[in-house]
Amino acid sequence: MISVGRIARRSEPYVLAAIVALSVLIQVQSGQFFSGNNLVDLTRSLIVPALFSIACMMVIVSGGIDVSFTAIASLAMYVTDRLLLASNYSGNVMLAYAISAGLGLLMGALNGFLIGFLKLPTLVVTLGTSSLFTGLMFGAFSASASDVPPSIAMHGKQILFTATNAQTGLTSNMPSQIFILIGALILVFFLLRYTMLGRGIYAIGGDETAAERAGFNVRGIKMFLYCFVGVLAGITGIVRISMIAYADPSTMLGMELTVIAAVVLGGTRVTGGLGTLTGTILGVALMTILSNSLILIGIPTYWSRAFTGLVIILGTGITAHQIRSTRRRHARAQKATV
Amino acid sequence: MTNPRSAATIRAAGHTRDPNIPRLLVMLVFVFALMTLLRPNQFATMADFNSMMRQFPEYGIMAIGISLTMITGGIDLGVVGTANLSAIVAAKFLIGSVPQGALPAQVVPYLIIAVLLSLSVGLACGAIAGTLISRFSIPAILATLGTQQLFTGIAIGITNGRPQSRLPLLYSRIGNLELFKFVPISFIIFSVVAVGVGLMLSRARFGTHMYMMGTNARAARYAGLGNNSIILRTYMLSGLLSSVAGLIMMARANSAKADYGAPYTLQCVLIAVLGGIDPNGGFGTITGVTIAILILQFLSSGLNMFNNISNFYRDVIWGGVLILVLVFNKLLSWRAERRAVRKSVA
Amino acid sequence: MAASALRVEGITKSFGGVQALKGVSLEIKSGEIHCLAGENGSGKSTLIKVISGVYEPDAGEIEIHGQRFSHLNPKEAIGLGIQVIYQDFSVFPNLTVMENLALNMELMQNRKLVNYRRARAIASNAVSQIGFKVDLDERVENLSVADRQLIAISRALLQEAKLIIMDEPTSALTKKEVKALFEVIKRLQSRGLSILFVSHKLDEVFEISERYTILRSGENVASGSTKELDRKTFAFHMTGRQFMDERYRSQSLGDTPILSVKGLSRGGAYADISFDLAAGEILGITGLLGSGRTELVETLFGILRPDSGRIEIKGKEANISSVKAAIRQGIGYVPADRLTEGLFQPQAINRNLVISVLDRLSGRFGFLRRRAITDATSKWIKELSIATKDPMLPVRTLSGGNQQKVVLARWLASDLSILILNGPTMGVDIGSKYDIHALMRKLAANGLAIIIVSDDLPEVLACASRILVMRAGAFVQELNPAETTESRLSELSTGIA
Repeated sequence: MISVGRIARRSEPYVLAAIVALSVLIQVQSGQFFSGNNLVDLTRSLIVPALFSIACMMVIVSGGIDVSFTAIASLAMYVTDRLLLASNYSGNVMLAYAISAGLGLLMGALNGFLIGFLKLPTLVVTLGTSSLFTGLMFGAFSASASDVPPSIAMHGKQILFTATNAQTGLTSNMPSQIFILIGALILVFFLLRYTMLGRGIYAIGGDETAAERAGFNVRGIKMFLYCFVGVLAGITGIVRISMIAYADPSTMLGMELTVIAAVVLGGTRVTGGLGTLTGTILGVALMTILSNSLILIGIPTYWSRAFTGLVIILGTGITAHQIRSTRRRHARAQKATV
Repeated sequence: MTNPRSAATIRAAGHTRDPNIPRLLVMLVFVFALMTLLRPNQFATMADFNSMMRQFPEYGIMAIGISLTMITGGIDLGVVGTANLSAIVAAKFLIGSVPQGALPAQVVPYLIIAVLLSLSVGLACGAIAGTLISRFSIPAILATLGTQQLFTGIAIGITNGRPQSRLPLLYSRIGNLELFKFVPISFIIFSVVAVGVGLMLSRARFGTHMYMMGTNARAARYAGLGNNSIILRTYMLSGLLSSVAGLIMMARANSAKADYGAPYTLQCVLIAVLGGIDPNGGFGTITGVTIAILILQFLSSGLNMFNNISNFYRDVIWGGVLILVLVFNKLLSWRAERRAVRKSVA
Repeated sequence: MAASALRVEGITKSFGGVQALKGVSLEIKSGEIHCLAGENGSGKSTLIKVISGVYEPDAGEIEIHGQRFSHLNPKEAIGLGIQVIYQDFSVFPNLTVMENLALNMELMQNRKLVNYRRARAIASNAVSQIGFKVDLDERVENLSVADRQLIAISRALLQEAKLIIMDEPTSALTKKEVKALFEVIKRLQSRGLSILFVSHKLDEVFEISERYTILRSGENVASGSTKELDRKTFAFHMTGRQFMDERYRSQSLGDTPILSVKGLSRGGAYADISFDLAAGEILGITGLLGSGRTELVETLFGILRPDSGRIEIKGKEANISSVKAAIRQGIGYVPADRLTEGLFQPQAINRNLVISVLDRLSGRFGFLRRRAITDATSKWIKELSIATKDPMLPVRTLSGGNQQKVVLARWLASDLSILILNGPTMGVDIGSKYDIHALMRKLAANGLAIIIVSDDLPEVLACASRILVMRAGAFVQELNPAETTESRLSELSTGIA
């Protein structure tokens, strides 16, 4: 049942409003925002963070916080790249995705074991594994920027269409990787909404003890979750290097915090149990617009980070306010029963 | 959430002893012995100690700041942003106001003002974070994620991302002073901070308030501890410590830049947890954190001596050690729980 | 059909040398509502866990509908129709009612995919069985405690329960909700289910159950039909001690009231509250959950702020803007929910005790005077007979009654003129309960002004020197405890004659 009250209490409408407001503002200032070329650019920029945020959202809904997904993506991507280069691979890009996903799976499984079976706290564990994986990458594998195998480069060049900006004559290509994002969204949507596994993730985030008592296989679900996150991260790694046709091991590191911020802005509760894909994508869109398009309203790139910080603070402040007013409403409702 | 380790708190004249410390000391001795054995001529030499003492104060002080915030049940992920911003403010002031060719004696008052400015910025940054967390009820992780971006962003903005390096020579000369040609001034500052904060936590009223609030904020409210004030003061202290760390970094690098010390945030959290600070709040000591800092530094310096082992292995070891410690602690607490269940009735 | 739904005999269970149950027996007849009563430590929780298969007994026999077992596992117990409803209900606050009800079923049937139409059918079916009207799409976190409990019950029914065990089900319910719950229980009974009701509240034992069993220290001490039970015998069996019914006659010390409240109002909580309190009085405020009684005393303690009105302490207007301000004015508050609002569970007993008076126990620069702390701790442990071997142990190692004493000691250690206690003996064993009552009388006799807020009517009648009944945010009547009865108080609280 839909009610106006319920809609007002969710975050997505506010984020959407913010996006609309920002877009209009930028359009008014520069006339460039809604140009095909800019929109394609924006979409292009958000593919990788969006993929990450899907994984990140799933973990936060289950009640944890994972900061190792960028490290997993980087290490998986890098090893795959060197492997394929070393064997002079020139076949289909699918193998690259498969290998990277597999490596991601293994790394995710480590997280899953520590968090699911040993029940260690998620933030600290993933800080540790993040350190472990980046250390391996730079240390054991002495990673440095390198090229990518031809098939990956080709894959990167596969474009859906080209958008041309009438005014500036600039063109932007919509990459075929967008399908991967769309595919991931559909898959995860189905998983979360229509499978017991997915509902289990929400249940665990709501009350883990109750989930155990109800008969959910909590350890198994968590293991699956972190393995899935690993697979997604591995795939995202290949998406990344194919889009820029260059394998720089540190290119994705440091994104974790902005991804988490995007997920939270999109309405996912840090304490777990609540969160939607719609909200998450909206959150990523907002963050992407902020980091890409500020220049169009004359805010120099130097200030974009400060601006992002401000948005995070405002966004989380609004969410916190919503949570508090929800609690007050309950308290008053409780009192009404005399 | 209860900390199973606390069930083993032992009697001591008035305060609880941290059961982690014996374990940490063993680790410390082990790492020290290992490194000494492997490289007897390089490790454990005066030169080596001197070099270590120059390296750890900057992140050590930030680790102490983060530990304080974790004890109150939160976390300050913005320490590095605060450190850089406050250093940059000091740098800009110095670059902009010290006249060319000034004599050292004339420069000193400028230095003093610069330091005070920097500390004020640190306090202000901490106050902002503390207000967001206490008055606006924003969860600490998110609030300090935001402040980290904001402060770093401001630092980038006011410097256009460029390092500020034309500092008066006197600053780095003083900053890199070594007493008895051996003990760096930064080490002394670290020691003062560690001892001061440690005493505050274990012997002062504010310290007890922090521990209690970190354990149960609701009960703290009903006990009249003044939660908002505790949070504000804790984050202001963390901000202050971050600016001290920033000044030390600036002395060592002889410049200030918006993105110095980026990996320090993660490192400091790891140090805190390894050192026995409970991420849920309410437990942990500065002694434990200090030992953890030393362990990291020994590992780091030790690895440096092996030319064919890259520095990055330190991250591997660090991550691995943290995980092992967590697993070990968990197994211990499972054992304690099983014993407790056996004793429980009804 | 067997005559008993459940029969256990000679159940013995030890944990590492401590005997929790020493040959306990229990019989629940088919379709009966049976009450299991006992204090903390009596063994009733262990017995429940043995019956539901969580624990395996060392000796003894379990017979369910005629089938005999030496022990069970949880799955078997559920399969035999035994359902336990714990105090926390095990619901998912972030999921909808429908999902909460249907998920269990789906799990039991090992389904991998979720079909929402099927889930809705299951959920509607479940709630209609007990006549529970609720919005299936509402998130459970938005519902009241009573509703959550009904969800837990509905869920239990879905699994074809034959015996439902409820562990202290009424502790968080208002009187009206308790009535509704009892009706549901009767409805369940009419469908052939048996109910085991764990409680220590005598009124409920009388009102709802037909037979009872009382445990003490792991042994059976009494059982029989509730028609033959009276209050004194009940208390005796629960504790093994005889208690005299005492009433407190206070002597008002002095003419000026210590506390004077005039026209205090707070939107949505209470309106136009006025009363005086003199030293030596014990004022009892009683009313249902939701009558505004907690909000009122929390306002006096500085947790909430009033919209209008005036508070005077010792004749002068007091602005109680924060808890710190209240403490400074000499007001102390023992909160209703000891575990989350009163105590710092994993922290040491001594810390919990002195936490509010650290100002007085510290010297220059805020450094604590350790000797002073140790002295203060020992003093209060002795005065209140707090049973502990070591004040450095975490406070959670204490029993409920002793924990409450620690909270009390915290306030007594400060400079109090007024002490407010909200639900002072909730979840406290009978022995400690009487200790606390005796303590309150002693304190009042020594000049302290006390307000107790409680819906435990016998307690109010026994302790207070003056009673104010609150309903829907207003005082309805002031009564003299010597001249009134429980049922009169109950009528005034509910507004139902």
